[in-house]
Amino acid sequence: MIHSLFLVNSSGDIFLEKHWKSVVSRSVCDYFFEAQERASEPENVPPVIPTPHHYLISVLRHRIYFVAVIQSEVPPLFVIEFLHRVVDTFQDYFGLCTEAAIKDNVVVVYELLEEMLDNGFPLATESNILKELIKPPTILRTVVNTITGSTNVGEQLPTGQLSVVPWRRTGVKYTNNEAYFDVVEEIDAIIDKSGSTITAEIQGVIDACVKLTGMPDLTLSFMNPRLLDDVSFHPCVRFKRWEAERILSFIPPDGNFRLLSYHVSSQNLVAIPVYVKHNITFREGSSQGRFELTLGPKQTMGKAVESVLVSSQLPRGVLNANLNASQGTYTFDPVTKLLTWDVGKINPQKLPSLKGSMSLQAGASKPDENPTIIIQFKIQQMAISGLKVNRLDMYGEKYKPFKGIKYMTKAGKFQTGMQRPHVSCVKA
Amino acid sequence: MSSGSGFGDEKGGSSSVGEPEYGHDPASGGIFSSDYKRHDDLKEMLDSNKDSLKLEAMKRIVAMIARGKNASDLFPAVVKNVACKNIEVKKLVYVYLVRYAEEQQDLALLSISTFQRGLKDPNQLIRASALRVLSSIRVTIIVPIMMLAIKEAASDMSPYVRKTAAHAIPKLYSLDPEQKDQLIEVIEKLLADKTTLVAGSVVMAFEEVCPERIDLIHKNYRKLCNLLIDVEEWGQVVIINMLTRYARTQFLNPNVNESLLEESGEKAFYGSDDEEGKEEKAEAAALAKRKPYVMDPDHRLLLRNTKPLLQSRNAAVVMAVAQLYFHLAPKAEVGVIAKALVRLMRSHSEVQYVVLQNVATMTIKRRGMFEPYLKSFYIRSTDPTQIKILKLEVLTNLANETNISTILREFQTYIKSMDKDFVAATIQAIGRCATNIGEVRDTCLNGLVQLLSNRDELVVAESVVVIKKLLQMQPEQHSDIIKHMAKLTDNIQVPMARASILWLIGEYCEHVPKIAPDVLRKMAKTFTNEEDIVKLQIINLAAKLYLTNSKQTKLLTQYVLNLAKYDQNYDIRDRARFIRQLIVPTDKSGALSKYAKKLFLALKPAPVLESPFKDRDHFQLGSLSHLLNAKAGGYQELPDWPETAPDPSVRNVEVKDSVPEWTKCSSREKRKEKKVEKPFYSDSEEESGPTESADSESDSASGSGSGSESEESGSGSESEESREESESEQEDKEDEEDKRKKKKKTDRGKVKAPAVESPESEESSGAEEKNRAQKVKGRRSGSESESEEEEESESESSRSESESESESESDTDAKKKKKAPVTKPPPKQAKKESKKEKKEMSLLDLDDFEPTPSPQVTPVNNFLSSSLVTDLEGLSLTDTVMAPTTIAPSGSVKTYELLHRITGEGLGVEYCFSRQPFSPDAHMVAVQIMFTNNTNAETKNLHVEDPKLQSGMRIKEFPEIELLPPGEMVTVVMGIDFCDSTQAANFQLCTHIRKFFVSIQPPVGELMMPVFMTENEFKKEQGQLMGMNEISEKLTLGEKCQNEHGIVQRVTSAANVSRVPCGSDKECRFAGKTVSSGILVLVTVATKEERAAQLTVNCEKMVIGTMLVKDILQALTQ
Repeated sequence: MIHSLFLVNSSGDIFLEKHWKSVVSRSVCDYFFEAQERASEPENVPPVIPTPHHYLISVLRHRIYFVAVIQSEVPPLFVIEFLHRVVDTFQDYFGLCTEAAIKDNVVVVYELLEEMLDNGFPLATESNILKELIKPPTILRTVVNTITGSTNVGEQLPTGQLSVVPWRRTGVKYTNNEAYFDVVEEIDAIIDKSGSTITAEIQGVIDACVKLTGMPDLTLSFMNPRLLDDVSFHPCVRFKRWEAERILSFIPPDGNFRLLSYHVSSQNLVAIPVYVKHNITFREGSSQGRFELTLGPKQTMGKAVESVLVSSQLPRGVLNANLNASQGTYTFDPVTKLLTWDVGKINPQKLPSLKGSMSLQAGASKPDENPTIIIQFKIQQMAISGLKVNRLDMYGEKYKPFKGIKYMTKAGKFQTGMQRPHVSCVKA
Repeated sequence: MSSGSGFGDEKGGSSSVGEPEYGHDPASGGIFSSDYKRHDDLKEMLDSNKDSLKLEAMKRIVAMIARGKNASDLFPAVVKNVACKNIEVKKLVYVYLVRYAEEQQDLALLSISTFQRGLKDPNQLIRASALRVLSSIRVTIIVPIMMLAIKEAASDMSPYVRKTAAHAIPKLYSLDPEQKDQLIEVIEKLLADKTTLVAGSVVMAFEEVCPERIDLIHKNYRKLCNLLIDVEEWGQVVIINMLTRYARTQFLNPNVNESLLEESGEKAFYGSDDEEGKEEKAEAAALAKRKPYVMDPDHRLLLRNTKPLLQSRNAAVVMAVAQLYFHLAPKAEVGVIAKALVRLMRSHSEVQYVVLQNVATMTIKRRGMFEPYLKSFYIRSTDPTQIKILKLEVLTNLANETNISTILREFQTYIKSMDKDFVAATIQAIGRCATNIGEVRDTCLNGLVQLLSNRDELVVAESVVVIKKLLQMQPEQHSDIIKHMAKLTDNIQVPMARASILWLIGEYCEHVPKIAPDVLRKMAKTFTNEEDIVKLQIINLAAKLYLTNSKQTKLLTQYVLNLAKYDQNYDIRDRARFIRQLIVPTDKSGALSKYAKKLFLALKPAPVLESPFKDRDHFQLGSLSHLLNAKAGGYQELPDWPETAPDPSVRNVEVKDSVPEWTKCSSREKRKEKKVEKPFYSDSEEESGPTESADSESDSASGSGSGSESEESGSGSESEESREESESEQEDKEDEEDKRKKKKKTDRGKVKAPAVESPESEESSGAEEKNRAQKVKGRRSGSESESEEEEESESESSRSESESESESESDTDAKKKKKAPVTKPPPKQAKKESKKEKKEMSLLDLDDFEPTPSPQVTPVNNFLSSSLVTDLEGLSLTDTVMAPTTIAPSGSVKTYELLHRITGEGLGVEYCFSRQPFSPDAHMVAVQIMFTNNTNAETKNLHVEDPKLQSGMRIKEFPEIELLPPGEMVTVVMGIDFCDSTQAANFQLCTHIRKFFVSIQPPVGELMMPVFMTENEFKKEQGQLMGMNEISEKLTLGEKCQNEHGIVQRVTSAANVSRVPCGSDKECRFAGKTVSSGILVLVTVATKEERAAQLTVNCEKMVIGTMLVKDILQALTQ
């Protein structure tokens, strides 16, 4: 299975290596660097690279390449999924998964990697189990450890390893028992210049932060569970119960976890909360172009659209843009030709707009007038699919927990502006 | 432990030097001038007696290892600390040891005794980590010690240690392959382990050490299937992949015999006679092997138990299940994976990359599966190029006549992208669509020609290349395009495009006789500045022109050939020399020149533009080899399906030959066993209990105790039950003997085909429900959950229970059950069936429909007529169940037309009233709808929309049918609450393109369901429904229904009522109640002399009564 792991930073240095079987020379990464050079963008490095004796499977997260060395047949997704799990664990432990954080905690990283894989096969990947084996570093603990000489490493086998609920550690105690659930939905959409939706889907997740004493058994029911078309669960969710009653029943892990993610693909269910009107024109032979863009809310059920950020890759011929934003600030990078406009909150009474002129390279031919516009936004207290949690009940423990549910809608991969030709155009 | 005060002693100096270094990169060596000195310092710290110093030193050493710096010279100093009490120091020493032991074998041996001691430690974590490190030290000398340790750990109390042992197996194997045989023994032992913790790891070991020993899996197959859902996710991936291979060697191809399914109809009658039942079964089982395909229950078990894992959060698990379904499932069921795979597309881009590769392969084989998700593959400008290109591949594969216009429109947008590689790929994709779909070829070609005037040269060049390929298919019609392209030679600089144009002109010079020589003239001028591929094509063009039009081009050709003769590239020189000899007739030129024209202007076949993913599915999907399209080391080929299924009994966990006997006799011949059997539940628990608390039993017990669903506990119970079976065998056998003699059954069960097994399990599961209450009481409280399990029971467990149930069954019931056809659906369907399998219609995935036991019980044994009718009806129903998604109605059920295939534009829809309780809502009438796709295109997204109902009426739509392939038929069940009226239910039937208004109007007889009552009850009820509520009519019986049998048949077919026993043979009585409001309907037919008779209907609702009288009258008088 996984033979070795190399961590490569954006400048191409290997800053950590770990071997689970016999040592593989780091020169194997040269094949990776070659592929990296060939790729135009960092994300275009193929995830699987064959070399004469090994296979390199890599993922890119936080501008670090995690390169796993494989010697024989193994499902590539197995490795990829594991590497992502490693990153998630690091993030969980150190808050950030950056090169600096890894270097600062190199010993913990090493201990973690040692526990996560045995002979290249995943051993313990549940964060609750790992945290019992190796305690996350905190300033307080570091100080205490230096004074008392105690260690960060658990001496007992984590109880989770053997129990039927391996994701939950035992003996959890809190004075404030609380369970928070965040329903976060992201809209992925491609919208045509005329405003009609080409494709739209909702990707939703329910992230939980559960801090409850003992072994609580929770059930979460929805007002409209039928909306959840395609779901994937945290292993703690009882699948049969969901199938039969559409109720989520689970013994939660301790702390933060993703309870489920779902997918709403039926297009008529996806409301598009903002619209964009834009008009970008270039005149043949002139070195000036007009730029006009207006944003407005729609179908937001009275909720404010916040943190709006518009970005667009302007045509290469554009030298500079001289624009006027009715609110927020805009920047134009003349090198990458990237225009970004930080709009902030949309006020339905006074719609934000960005207008002005663009100067073009002299003599260049008329550029394409329909650049893609990517929009980011957030809407608090609303799940755009209309999903609503009905109730949350706890069984198995006596105390009364504090419960909270939050909804949020965000733009995922939300792009607009491209003009779709009519079929007739194709037919010429 | 030491405290801060320790800094004061003699080592204080070094430690205080070390202090400020804490957390810094030791390799940077800012403070220490040389490596030598630094290591000296570390050695000193390691030698100290302070744990904190040791820890500090070890941390720095590990940091060095992490950075890839050499720390091997510290080995002696580090290895001394292997026995350190501080667990963190110890762990770090382990890390060091594993890293350098291979280089310093002799010194590493010093540490071995510590690990040996660790292996005996009472703490399981320490035992496990000792084994982990010991097995990770790659020193050949210790192989025997490792072997011993592994063997010992394999029978350790703690499943965690056993898991570690499983991990150690491949380590030892890679160190010394000679140990294989011994290791296989250990694997065999661990495979039998019942804990989920071990399962994944041992299968991993199996895959690395002895993947060819598929025979080791037989006995564990069912256990693995059942445990699967509780195994940790990584183990699931490995197990699923292994089971895919296993299934390929053990089961038959589910898609091989589809066309033969219809033939199986006649078999419904095999089971009709009780005495002959067995013989027939054996025969039919043999028959089944040759003719219609019957899925092995174990095959079904695998499919059923993996399906929920499509919901896993782990992409690798989802992919593993998807490939399993792709390789193993019947065609009609593969569709379920599409949705899950599309979901994965939202994941990290690396996941997307792998998933898309696999989807691309799948779309070639099963395009229909992904068609509904077409839009999910639309490309976003933010996608990385490699993802874009893969999505493009998928879109191209999905293109067909119906969606091509949408797809082409998308492609048009993509051409405007700034990502040039992507644009080029898009143009290629348009070319492929054009070759694959004849209808749009001209459209595409025109579109591509338009692109020739694009501003971007790359676009133009790519278009030229694609156009060239397309033109080759029908050059005659497109000479204008060739002319257009000839003009482009002035502008296009991309060599490949120039070469393509030249080739085209040369090839079709006869279509453009005027332009061709001119192009050659221009090219001759620029010859020296061209790229090599262009030069070669210029030579070709010259040669072809010379052959067709030597008058005009003779000189030009000579000129070009002369230029080529002195070219720098020897390929070009060679070509020139070769062509000159061939085409220019000289004295020396041989016979070949006569054929020059044939050589050059032979008709060239058009290139086939096909997907690079074609035929990639001979690699197991999801594998590395599939991704690379090359066999990776250690890849296990996916075997072809066997011609005939290997003996399925190898998977039975008991002693081989006794099992089938036991199974066979269970339901019928052995009725007295219940008392004997029951205690085994508790016995088996006690017996396996002592090993240790954390074993499977406690797993399942606590699982179910804490409210976990039965999937968990089911796994535990499976193994228990299998054990119990083998134990009870002894007693069973004795009893069996007697019974067998009595009943004169010959023993034919030893080689039971899978088909024979299932009926029994089916029966038993039906009866189980009955006995459930009883059983729960009989069991220890600890196994409360087992009543739940039984609902889930797999073939195995239900078999064990079948004997107990049969006691409570009446003779007739048992007999009737025996009539169950030989070819039965596998246990998946079986599990939820009611005991009346004649009513059985639940199908593969209609889990929602859980038929409740039908109230229609016929208690009188000689009451053959009506029960036989229904029986036969039921039999034929169950028989056709083999076709995975169709329920063909038997002949006696009247079908009505919902949509004629002409009005439905090829979609024919019929419906019938299945007379089966509609389980989601008891007040609804079950209407079975049969769709037939008579077109040659696929029909998609069949669903109900916009019902227009009378007030109070309700409708429960069937689940949307995603896809109906051409020529296929599919059956669904929907429920309608007619509110006891014969008003039609109107609704729209929608496909992905059309909507049809349809209506279902029930005959009054279908609005009721049978009620069982005794003669006295009947009379009592009848007494209360006199006067206005009674409707009588005199009639003359039709010719064919003068006897009792005829009457019963006519009445039961006209109305869904059941017969009520009656003392007088002059009267036939029937009872039923309306489905919606449960109002009684009583029917009496009193026969008189000649053919006269009187029909009486008693019902509170007069409308129903009147209509029913009319219907029955008609039925009887015909």
